[in-house]
Amino acid sequence: MTNSWVDIKNADLILVMGGNPAEAHPCGFKWVLEAKAKKKARLVVVDPRFTRTAAVADLYAPIRPGSDIAFLGGVIRYLIANDKLQHDYVRNYTSAAMLVREDTGFDDGLFTGYDEAKRKYDKSTWNYQVDRDGMLRVDPTLQDPNCVFQRMKKHYDRYTPELVERTTGTPKAKFLQICEAIATTSAPDRTMTSLYALGWTQHSVGSQNIRSIAILQLLLGNMGMAGGGVNALRGHSNIQGLTDLGLLSHSLPGYLTLPTDDDADLKTYLDKRTPKPLRPGQFNYWSNYPKFFVSMMKSWFGAAATKDNDFAFSWLPKIDAPYDVLRVMQLMNEGKVNGYVCQGFNPLSSFPDKPKVLAGLRKLKFLVTIDPLPTETSEFWQNHGEFNDVDPSQIQTEVFRLPSSLFAEEDGSLVSSARWLQWHWKAAEPPGEAKGDLEIVGELFLALKGLYAKEGGAFPDPVLQLAWPYRIARAPAPDEVAREFNGQALADVPDPKNPGSLLVKQGEQLPGFAVLQADGSTACGCWIFAGSWTQAGNQMARRDPSDPSGLGITPAWAWSWPANRRILYNRASCNADGAPYIPTRKLVWWNGAKWVGNDVPDFKADSAPADGMQPFIMNAEGVGRLWAPAMADGPFPEHYEPFDTPLAKNPFGKILNDPAARVYADDWKAFGKPDEFPFVATTYRLTEHFHFWTKHARIPAVLQPEAFVEVSEGLARKKGIRNADWVVVKSKRGQVKLKALVTKRLPTLQVDGKEIEVVGLPIHWGFMGQTRKGFITNTLTPPVGDANIQTPEYKAFLVNVEKA
Amino acid sequence: MALETQDILRRSATTMESAPSARSFRPEVAKLIDLSRCIGCKACQAACMEWNDLRDVIGTFQGTYANPIDLTDQSWTVMRFQETEVDGNFAWLIFKDGCMHCAEPGCLKACPAPGAVVQYANGIVDFQQDHCIGCGYCITGCPFDVPRLRKEDSRVYKCTLCSDRVSVGLEPACIKACPTQALTFGSKAEMRELAAHRLVDLNARGLAKAAVYDPSGVGGTHVFYVLPHGERPEVYGLPRDPSVGALVGFWRSGVARALGVATMFGVLVAGILHYMRYGPLEVPDESGGAGGKEAQP
Amino acid sequence: MQVSRRGFLKLTASGIGATTIGALGFSAARAVADVRLFKLAHASETRNTCPYCSVGCGVILYGLGDRSKNARTEIMHVEGDPDHPVNRGTLCPKGASLLDFIHSPSRLRFPEYRAPGAKEWKRVSWEWTIDRVARLMKEDRDKNFLAQNGKGQVVNRWTSTAFLAASASSNETGFVFHKVIRALGGVAVDNQARV
Repeated sequence: MTNSWVDIKNADLILVMGGNPAEAHPCGFKWVLEAKAKKKARLVVVDPRFTRTAAVADLYAPIRPGSDIAFLGGVIRYLIANDKLQHDYVRNYTSAAMLVREDTGFDDGLFTGYDEAKRKYDKSTWNYQVDRDGMLRVDPTLQDPNCVFQRMKKHYDRYTPELVERTTGTPKAKFLQICEAIATTSAPDRTMTSLYALGWTQHSVGSQNIRSIAILQLLLGNMGMAGGGVNALRGHSNIQGLTDLGLLSHSLPGYLTLPTDDDADLKTYLDKRTPKPLRPGQFNYWSNYPKFFVSMMKSWFGAAATKDNDFAFSWLPKIDAPYDVLRVMQLMNEGKVNGYVCQGFNPLSSFPDKPKVLAGLRKLKFLVTIDPLPTETSEFWQNHGEFNDVDPSQIQTEVFRLPSSLFAEEDGSLVSSARWLQWHWKAAEPPGEAKGDLEIVGELFLALKGLYAKEGGAFPDPVLQLAWPYRIARAPAPDEVAREFNGQALADVPDPKNPGSLLVKQGEQLPGFAVLQADGSTACGCWIFAGSWTQAGNQMARRDPSDPSGLGITPAWAWSWPANRRILYNRASCNADGAPYIPTRKLVWWNGAKWVGNDVPDFKADSAPADGMQPFIMNAEGVGRLWAPAMADGPFPEHYEPFDTPLAKNPFGKILNDPAARVYADDWKAFGKPDEFPFVATTYRLTEHFHFWTKHARIPAVLQPEAFVEVSEGLARKKGIRNADWVVVKSKRGQVKLKALVTKRLPTLQVDGKEIEVVGLPIHWGFMGQTRKGFITNTLTPPVGDANIQTPEYKAFLVNVEKA
Repeated sequence: MALETQDILRRSATTMESAPSARSFRPEVAKLIDLSRCIGCKACQAACMEWNDLRDVIGTFQGTYANPIDLTDQSWTVMRFQETEVDGNFAWLIFKDGCMHCAEPGCLKACPAPGAVVQYANGIVDFQQDHCIGCGYCITGCPFDVPRLRKEDSRVYKCTLCSDRVSVGLEPACIKACPTQALTFGSKAEMRELAAHRLVDLNARGLAKAAVYDPSGVGGTHVFYVLPHGERPEVYGLPRDPSVGALVGFWRSGVARALGVATMFGVLVAGILHYMRYGPLEVPDESGGAGGKEAQP
Repeated sequence: MQVSRRGFLKLTASGIGATTIGALGFSAARAVADVRLFKLAHASETRNTCPYCSVGCGVILYGLGDRSKNARTEIMHVEGDPDHPVNRGTLCPKGASLLDFIHSPSRLRFPEYRAPGAKEWKRVSWEWTIDRVARLMKEDRDKNFLAQNGKGQVVNRWTSTAFLAASASSNETGFVFHKVIRALGGVAVDNQARV
């Protein structure tokens, strides 16, 4: 979230699209109803299903799964065509004025530079035009045909209401009603907040769905505003934290990146990642990358990371390609993965194409699961009748099931989607011999380290030298680890502005990332978490709910990264002169001498408005990007059909699917065709359950005891299905048997001249737990991911439904 | 905790014509259910089961989001989901069902067992299972079809409005849990004000016929609704004009005493029968919950 | 007068007649009623965060007993934390039934091992499990660790064992797990950000 849960109450319009917060985030959704009740806000819901969120909406429109870019592109066109822009904001705070290369272009579905054989773009033509000093060329009048604004206007000109209706199935009148509602928030004193979750990300075009809303919010001037923003509601309780800590194949803590094969040494690595400003007088916070990185290496490898050995740079693995879960499953199927350590997680249930996952797991030499509960994954080798029909004697995998504690049995911090780090306290011991995750990881590491110390082996240095500064080595304590990722000064750090005084003394906890150094004098495990456990103590454990501004900022409740800032890009809530656009919702302002406010200013505190520094200080451009040349599949979002599509042709151009999405050779035949699988399916959570956990808990099992599929009345009529009948749902990957819920809430849509039925598949059941046994829904989903970050396409695929 | 006569307004099958009434400033409590804010998440249902140490059976899918599909002796509140058309538009009506805590409770008036149903001064209508004879008259007497007989112990159960929480100054468990303030709790007067305020907002959003459901036929209720489609309570499954049946008049009539004697005789018989049927009255397991034999599907 | 259900049943066992006859006179003197005893009166309170979605609701875990040395705390109730600025004491149906998650009958209580081709789990000790897993990991790492790629560039990576990190475990676990994986050269690591 760029903003926060409570901030939703400040919105004038709430757009829920790509999410279903009433069901998936009910306690956060309360702030939507607060905005409705106290601010007369309107709630607009666009979803393939009439959800429990839609049940309390002021305006609802159905949409075909996988056509969100067409819809949002249509809204962008509407705003431009009807001049519903926040002009001041677009001119000053977005890249609208920047000139892009003349030779960049777009033709019939493809941007320039496409290599069909590699399914990849050469992105060099997507660059901006630069002048002799390396600064971007701009046209403040926005008239140059190569300025981003004109390019955007041209690109989206094709997204007419008629074509939107033909592609999305959303009735044109509804679509226009929603455009009008959204357009009202282009007024500087009105904001729209966007609430989305996996309904937007789990598509082969997922990242571009998010790009679309980012463009929209920039055009409306809603970024950085109270009651605005692009708000990813997120899934698990600490998914934000694990992402912040970089537990992804290509990441390091704090959104630093793992080196690649070509990064021969520290200098090469840092030079590539330390951007230079692209506009005069910009701040460019990523210019501090070397400080963040060196401090992290000092945290991980302590005294063994020295200036002379490039701070142990070569000890980090280098990455040649992403190792996301889809690729790991592919490698497993190819026999290239022998071991799988699942700390939590339930891949058999939660990865797409269960048959492929099962085939992969069978090839493992060993599987380790660390979990409080018996997951389906831990029993993949066990015969569970029709739900998991395998012969254990034919599976040679060694499986270890390690019992771990859960939240109530540990101290620690979690990061909510609002970026709040909140500390929690242990209330009881885990049952039986179950142990905390930290202890399990600690014991496993010490055992490995012991073996390497005794026997040697492949490259033992980083294993033997990994910093392990814990009182009880086999069981690191949460408080020591929390102090560790906040970081401390390894030597006195002098204050360059006040010679003779210190920014921080040796041995002290760091007050924040502003004091980090690139010379090895500071250690910090995750730079964005610096400030969470300072000399003043554990900031994450703060429990003062006071809200002096009344805007829901609660600055003394827990701690928010970065720097306890609650709303990102908040400098953009003020005009160029530093005065808030909305005087009744003041986040920050220039007081004549410095930036101050109800929130921590997201800006250089002493940079006067007259200096012309722009508000998006994490971008080298200094402004919000309407044009994104780093994306894999195009600088502007373009509508492509899902890989399982009911259409023979993309209504927008000759390219059917996302041209840069990665598809493994064997998987092309895993996609379904509409003649065999005529219905469009989508998967989701229900409010009564959390993924595959709560089926182990009695009350949620009572509230939703058994698997079902939701089908429209139209589909039911066609197939002779009555409510609560048993049906079989088939996709190209496999089939499941479950009961049908015949409902008016799922639409029959008119798309490109044909009737499209939408089928809804909740995901929660399996063959373990207290609910009725059920098939794993992900038996049906396709093994393809988003072109940029490989999020699987769970939300739009083809199935057939027959009476069982 | 025992509540003395000052805390009790009425008691089934008992005349209390001059009950002590010095505590005249005891506010009547009320739960307001604003269906326009309800998202059908069942937090109330879960919290009710959790707080009251109830665990219903794990059922099967019945063709609806609702589960269990009706009130039971273990589910004192349930969510109901109905797809319908109102004024030509699709409407997904989500309704929280449970005891209304009537000011003139049909259950209490129908109950022949002294003290099995009581009404506290704060308006809560509570069942005292240790006085209950399992005759089921309260079920017949309830205009909202709320009380449920538990086969295992032949007693009748329903929502207590968390009388245990309210007695120590807390709100009921369902109220506390509700994530969207569809449920609020306070004095009846305050809740009426809030309901009126909500109607203004709903009217402004085009729901001109939104109304409060607080039926006078049962003297008003301590659980009452804001209905977005207030002119048609029956679309939610609520009776348009509920009243306490003839039974009530019966009890209040001159024959009450005679009938009372007869009923007491019934109680005596029922008590003996209960003793004979359930044998030595040692209670095997009062904790209930998961693991008890009644907990199995 | 306070009569619990159990007490009442005992009382009736010896005096059904008395109860009934007492009521015959419609005596208001017996007009008492019991509400259930408030079960949290002596419970200990611990502040925690709901482990399900990322709204991050504050919860209070109510434990049996006063945490004295000889008492083992049993969590007996979970309720929303009214001080929490986001959930303000409320919970969703999953949060409101966290008690049943904590006490799920399926909770794992000891390490288990399934041998190649076996049809059943076998209970094993922690020591054996940790030693065996460490041995398997080392064997695989020593055999498949790639110090240099085909071009002779130093890459120091290990791709033949993959890792998943739980997105419901704490930052502290995630931080330590991450540095352990990278120290081993692991690159095949993912969390639930995408699925």
